[in-house]
Amino acid sequence: MIDFGFKIAETRTIDYEQFDGRLLEYVIQNERSFVKCLSCGGCTATCSAGNLIEFNIRKINLLLRRGEFEGLAKEIDKCMLCGKCVLVCPRDINIRNVVMLIKKGIVKFKNEQISS
Amino acid sequence: MKIDGKRNVWHNYQKEIADDHFYYVRSCIRQNFFPGSEYAFLRIMKEELGKDIYDDPKHTTCTGIGYHSDVVPFETIQTVVARHFALMKESGYKNLAVSCVTSFGIYSEIVETWKEFPEELEKIRKSLKRATGREFDIPENIAHTSDIIYKFKGEIAEKQENQLVNKNTGRPLQIVEHIGCHYSKMFPTKGLGGAEFPQVLAGMIEEWGGEVVDYPERRHCCGFGFRQYLIQANRGYSLANSKKKFESMAPYQPDAVICNCPGCTMFMDKWQYVLAQTEGKFYGTGKQGIPVLTYEELAGLVLGYDPWDLGLQMHQVDSEPLLDKIGIEYDKKSKYDLTKKMSPKKVLT
Amino acid sequence: MKKAILTIGGGIAGIEASKTLAGLGYSVSIIEKESVLGGKINNWHQLFPDFREGSEVKEYISKSVDSPDVMVFPGTEITSIEKNDQGFYVKSNKAVAFDVNAILLATGFEIFAAERKEEFGYGIYDNVITSVDLEQRFKKGGQFYTAGGKVPKRIAFIHCVGSRDAKTGNHYCSKVCCITGIKQAIELVKLIPGVEIFCFYMDLRMYGLEYEELYKSAQENYGVQFIRGRLSEASENIDNSILIKCEDTLSGRPLKMNVDLVVLLVGMEAGEGTLNAGTLCNVGFGSQRFLSCRDAHLRRNLTKQEGVFTAGTCTGPMTIPETLENARSAALEIHKYLSEN
Repeated sequence: MIDFGFKIAETRTIDYEQFDGRLLEYVIQNERSFVKCLSCGGCTATCSAGNLIEFNIRKINLLLRRGEFEGLAKEIDKCMLCGKCVLVCPRDINIRNVVMLIKKGIVKFKNEQISS
Repeated sequence: MKIDGKRNVWHNYQKEIADDHFYYVRSCIRQNFFPGSEYAFLRIMKEELGKDIYDDPKHTTCTGIGYHSDVVPFETIQTVVARHFALMKESGYKNLAVSCVTSFGIYSEIVETWKEFPEELEKIRKSLKRATGREFDIPENIAHTSDIIYKFKGEIAEKQENQLVNKNTGRPLQIVEHIGCHYSKMFPTKGLGGAEFPQVLAGMIEEWGGEVVDYPERRHCCGFGFRQYLIQANRGYSLANSKKKFESMAPYQPDAVICNCPGCTMFMDKWQYVLAQTEGKFYGTGKQGIPVLTYEELAGLVLGYDPWDLGLQMHQVDSEPLLDKIGIEYDKKSKYDLTKKMSPKKVLT
Repeated sequence: MKKAILTIGGGIAGIEASKTLAGLGYSVSIIEKESVLGGKINNWHQLFPDFREGSEVKEYISKSVDSPDVMVFPGTEITSIEKNDQGFYVKSNKAVAFDVNAILLATGFEIFAAERKEEFGYGIYDNVITSVDLEQRFKKGGQFYTAGGKVPKRIAFIHCVGSRDAKTGNHYCSKVCCITGIKQAIELVKLIPGVEIFCFYMDLRMYGLEYEELYKSAQENYGVQFIRGRLSEASENIDNSILIKCEDTLSGRPLKMNVDLVVLLVGMEAGEGTLNAGTLCNVGFGSQRFLSCRDAHLRRNLTKQEGVFTAGTCTGPMTIPETLENARSAALEIHKYLSEN
């Protein structure tokens, strides 16, 4: 193969057709209030962890809804589970439970892949 | 799809195209990579249509490549353009026929700048006078050569020898049309049909018997544009745009791609080779690519000119599959024969 | 002799104001350029925010014109207006002229012609429709299919079509489209089990009572999803489905999606009727081509012309209850004016 001296750029568009909804469905089944999120950013603003390190809970929740969870396992471990987000949410979402479910879901699907 | 919906859009974007007496300015890339193209244009204008078109040896590049790569400053390119307008004035021409789409964008952009900022115009008048002693007028009409071919597509159709129809199946050829970004994206009212559903190439294809393929990435840029591909390491970013277009048009299995910008023709033609080599992708049938032609070459084929006189042998992707579909005869042996003489045009008996 | 008023426009504003004026003892003539009265109410199936039947509003309006003091002239347009000592002498395109003491402009709005947004492909791609087309399909009833005859699995709503858009010349917000979109999304989920609905918005304007609750309910009970990002272009795929390209602004990345149907939420515009009447009466136009009010806070129904009043959406976007209230207010203003002069 000829080396032309460059690599063809990859697209960074979210292609909804490639959407893997398993983790999202698992979270919604166990915490129904999550569907009400309108990405207002109140949770991120008050987040204890987010004030000190690069951890954006609004963005994580949004990317989950787009089926994009590359590197989610590492990110979600940064949450301190302090509960400040739940206090401010204008839509009464139990965000703390959402975080727990993401963690549980990741393990669940990883185990499923190993076993199958 | 309701084709009439597109035609309604076209009504909003019509423009004046001059009838005769053109001053021709050539394209750097079209001359070098598709040499038969400009030859075909001049031959069609002079011999087929009997028009007066002046190919002035004194004109130069518009320096668009340099300007778009930040090498040539704005004042310099304005002065170069002003010199061309001065040469037009001296040879008595008021209508500009521009071969390259980037040039067309440059001329349009500069004339608009002078309209909005008359101080700039005065500055350039002084610049040109100081540099060359010349004086200029702004041309009455600036048209791209594809606009001119579009205007006379009917006359060309009258002399048509080959229809854009697949002679084996009887179906019209499925042709992708791709216009250069600077043709209408900058000033939609200066492009026939506007920027969304351009009319200039679609009109030619339909007039000569073909069918236009509409695909999702129709209005996406091919990635040319000088700045992004001049440096080798950046070329992958540039090429990714052409690849996006090919991936999008592949399901429609087009028979050919027609472009009016020489840069686009170059990219769509040459990148198919790189994609075949690096990703093993072929967008035509089997291990072929999709033939890419300029509109002048298409007009020449339709009028019965010899494909090798039109320079189709210089294309990266072989045009033979297309020629076979149309039913054009060509001599395989003389394809690369530099001593071959220009074929006289077949005379209708 | 009773004093007389000419109402130009037979939509809900014109009718409500005329009925109120007749009740106050005046003689009212309504001229309407279409052959039927009611204006845009004839298009609507169920109304936001509570899915009340549009036909009930239509019935209410129809009863109003059943009065000896309200004369209706369908298929009629004004051609000239002359001022005189008593008021105005108005000629029309039919063989009838009007000698009146006051004029009420109730020429309403026009629906934005979505063909003007070429990049959305309305009128070109078969599976791109407007909210008005959708409403009419709801009215017709029956099974819901795409243009190709299949049951849609995924539908996209596009907000702000023809509104908040410098390219169309309409900088304003049309107010009612966001809530209409959510209402229609819910109606579609009820009609087509299992369908996925996505709303592409720049902002969600849920200003009215029960609007925000309907938005929450759409998410909670109907699974409607909202993506903040303006549609840049729609293209047709080889199978007639539509490819949507927008930016998912909240994640900062471009997004593309195939949908079976696109619904454009088209806005309100000042139409031909408003332009003609406003010019003939010389009342002046605001920057967005709606009619100017003499005092935007205190006396919205008055214009700069003595004796010429406005009611309804000819002065700007309004909902149905707002229009009816505005119309009754116009009647009271006219009553005040005619009592004093």
